[in-house]
Amino acid sequence: MVAQRRGAAVKIVALRKEFVTSQAHLLALDDIDLAVSPGEFLCIVGPSGCGKSTLLRILAGLDRQTAGTMEVAAAGWAVKNAMVFQESGLFPWMSVEANVRFGLMTRGVPAAEATARVDAALRLVGLTKFRHHYPHQLSGGMRQRGAIARAFVTDPGMLLMDEPFAALDAQNRVILQAELVRIWEQTGKTVVYVTHSIEEALLLGDRTVIMTAHPGRIKRIIDVPFPRPRNLVALSASPEFGRLKLDIWQVLEEEVMRARAEEEG
Amino acid sequence: MILSGKWRERLLYLISPIGLLVVWQILLMVGVGDRRFIPAPSDIALRFARLAGSGELEWHVAVTLTRVFAGFVIGALPAVVVGLFMAMFKPVRILVDPLIAALFPIPKIALMPLLLLVFGFGDASKIALVAIAVFFPVVVNTYTGAANIEKIYWDVARNYGASETVLFTRVVFFGALPMIFAGLRIALAVSFIVLVASEFVASKTGIGYLIWNSWELLQVDIMFVGIVTIGILGLITSVLFQEIERKVIPWKAE
Repeated sequence: MVAQRRGAAVKIVALRKEFVTSQAHLLALDDIDLAVSPGEFLCIVGPSGCGKSTLLRILAGLDRQTAGTMEVAAAGWAVKNAMVFQESGLFPWMSVEANVRFGLMTRGVPAAEATARVDAALRLVGLTKFRHHYPHQLSGGMRQRGAIARAFVTDPGMLLMDEPFAALDAQNRVILQAELVRIWEQTGKTVVYVTHSIEEALLLGDRTVIMTAHPGRIKRIIDVPFPRPRNLVALSASPEFGRLKLDIWQVLEEEVMRARAEEEG
Repeated sequence: MILSGKWRERLLYLISPIGLLVVWQILLMVGVGDRRFIPAPSDIALRFARLAGSGELEWHVAVTLTRVFAGFVIGALPAVVVGLFMAMFKPVRILVDPLIAALFPIPKIALMPLLLLVFGFGDASKIALVAIAVFFPVVVNTYTGAANIEKIYWDVARNYGASETVLFTRVVFFGALPMIFAGLRIALAVSFIVLVASEFVASKTGIGYLIWNSWELLQVDIMFVGIVTIGILGLITSVLFQEIERKVIPWKAE
C-alpha cells in the first residue's frame, strides 16, 4: 500500500557553494536549480567530488550556500528534516533506544509520548529486541536501521540520506533498501537520497539527479518510470532497468572520464 | 579445582613479584647485604603486622587517603568542566590554554612552601597541593578527548536539534569520557606522588610522614612498611578505578 504523499517541498534556485581556504579556492556547487515536491523520493547520483554531499548538508542546515536561494516549505512539520549519515553516526555511549530517542529529547517531547514513538520506530526497523544494546554490539546493517529509526521517529518533513548503505555488504544493502522503500511507502515522506550507485538511484527514486564534478553541476534529471510498489530484486533483473542504467551510465561515464583526465592532466 | 583462564592469568601475574621477594629474602639470609639497612621481606612483614596491630598504620593510611580523596575531587571536578568548556568555546580555549601551558610543567611540590603560607600546616595545604597536581592532567585529557570527538557526532547533534546544554551534557561529556578517565588515572598516581612528598616535610601524620620520620630515626623496617603501604594503596585504588571505569563506560569495546 502506498501512503498519501506528504512532506516538505524544496525549491533551490541558482545555488552556489565555494570553499575558500588559504591554499585553495574550490567551487563545490554551481548553478544548482532543483525543485523537490512533497513526498518525492529524489536520488542524487554523481562521481565523487561532485558536491552531492555538500548539497545535502546545505539542505540539512549544516552548511550555508555562498549564493543563491534554498527554500524549504515545511509548514506543519515540527521537524524540518532529519539526516541519516553514511556511518550511522549513532552515539556510541547511548543504547539504541537512547539514540532513537535523541531527536525527541532535544525537542522536549513529553516522556510518555516519546516512549511510545520510540517503541513504534524500533518495531518499524525490527530492533525492538536490541533496544538496550550499544551500537558497538550491533552489525553495520543494524546500526543503519537504528539511524533510520532515529530519523523517522522525529516525524520530519524530509529525510536526508547520505550514502546510508554504502558501507554495507551487498546482501545487507538489498535488504535495507527494500526496508527503506517499505517504510517510505508507509509514510510517504519527502526523501533526498545521495548515492554514487546508479543502480541504487534507479531502484529507489522517483527521479534521479545526475551531477557532474568540478564544479558540481546538475547534468540531467531523469524520471524513473518504474511503478510502485516496487519489488527491488525483480526490478533490478528486468530489461527496462538494465537499459535505463546503461543510458545513465553513458551520461555519467563521460563525466567520470573528464574528471579523471583533469586529475591526471 | 579448575581455574578459568582469566584467573589463571591473574595468578601468573604474581610469579614475578613473589619471585623477587623470595630472592631478596634468600640473599639476606645467606648474608649478602646488611640487614640493618636492607631489612628482609620477613622483617618488613613482621613490622607491618605490629604497626597494623597497634592501629598506628591504619591511622596514617586514613589520613593519607582522606587527603588524596579530598584533593582528587576538588581538583578533578573543575578540571573536567574547564576542559569541556575549552573544547566547546573558543574564547575559553584562548584564555585558558596559555595558562595551562605555563603552569603544567612546574613541579607541583615546588608550590608547597607557598601553600603552607596560605593554608598553614594543617590538612588544607596538602589537599590544595593534590588538587592542583590533579587539575592539570585531567584538564588536558578532558580537552583533548572533547576536541577529538568525531565531527559526525557534532553534525548529528546539530541536525537533531541539540541545545548547547544537551550538547554539553549528552554529547561532549560522554564523547570525552574515555579520555577523562585516562586523565583521572594519571591524576590518581600523581596525587599519591605529590602528597607523600609533601608529608615528608610539612606534616606530622600520613604515610609520607611515617617514611620520613623512620628515616630520621634510622628505623629502616618502618620506612619499608611505609613504602610498601603506598604501593598497596596505589594498587587497590587503581583496581577500584578500573571497576568504576567499566561500570561508567559500558560502551568501550572489551
